[in-house]
Amino acid sequence: MATPKPRVKVPAKAAKGEVVTIKTLISHEMESGQRKDKDGKTIPRQIINKFTCTFNGQPVFWCDMAPAISANPYLEFTAKVMESGTFTFTWLDDNGSVYTAENKIAVE
Amino acid sequence: MHLTRRRALGLAAGATSLAVFGFVPLRARAANAEATDAAIKEFAGGAVPQAGRIVLDAPEIAENGNTVPISVAVESPMTAGDYVQSVMFLADGNPNPSVATLHFSPMSGTAAATTRIRLAKTQNVLAVAKMSNGAVFVDTKLVKVTIGGCGG
Repeated sequence: MATPKPRVKVPAKAAKGEVVTIKTLISHEMESGQRKDKDGKTIPRQIINKFTCTFNGQPVFWCDMAPAISANPYLEFTAKVMESGTFTFTWLDDNGSVYTAENKIAVE
Repeated sequence: MHLTRRRALGLAAGATSLAVFGFVPLRARAANAEATDAAIKEFAGGAVPQAGRIVLDAPEIAENGNTVPISVAVESPMTAGDYVQSVMFLADGNPNPSVATLHFSPMSGTAAATTRIRLAKTQNVLAVAKMSNGAVFVDTKLVKVTIGGCGG
């Protein structure tokens, strides 16, 4: 699998107290551990098992994922912003790799 | 499928689960009904799941079981004193009913989220919400699947 690529959509600006919608996507096979290869051997599981979103270091939303999440996991959620700052997103792979992305938002 | 059969056969507790969860809107007993009930019970931590406040949106018919969009919204002020702590998704006809557990905070603004899941075949998808005060709510949708999504 090529290095998983995260893609995140966060509005660039928001009013103080506004609830913004955040859309996240990461390219990843999410190998469920249910499939068999052509020799009949089970292909081992390898998925993104956890996603986290923090804002200026504070946890906003996080998600534990099982193999039933589709390949290229898509997660859409909301955040209430009271000040300008940075969203940090992390995806944790079964194999220990951590993928990250950051998005700034200007709040007036 | 071995594991599923063995579990289903061996579980006398299955009958007890049925009794405990009798009030939850009846759904057809699917492949992994006992495992699903057990997962709800563990998540609820002793609270009795009620209907209301949580709405699970899932298509009536999923053309492709590999990627079925679902979303959830839970009514809540989302203040520090009263918010939705987590929402668990389950699929009662998958080899393993666990799908995901979403955790919210007052900074979430709303307890709403969307994702895409795999469904092996026609089955019920459940969303269970746990509030900061321990109350638990549940919603269920039956999704018909034309092409199964577990790669086998």
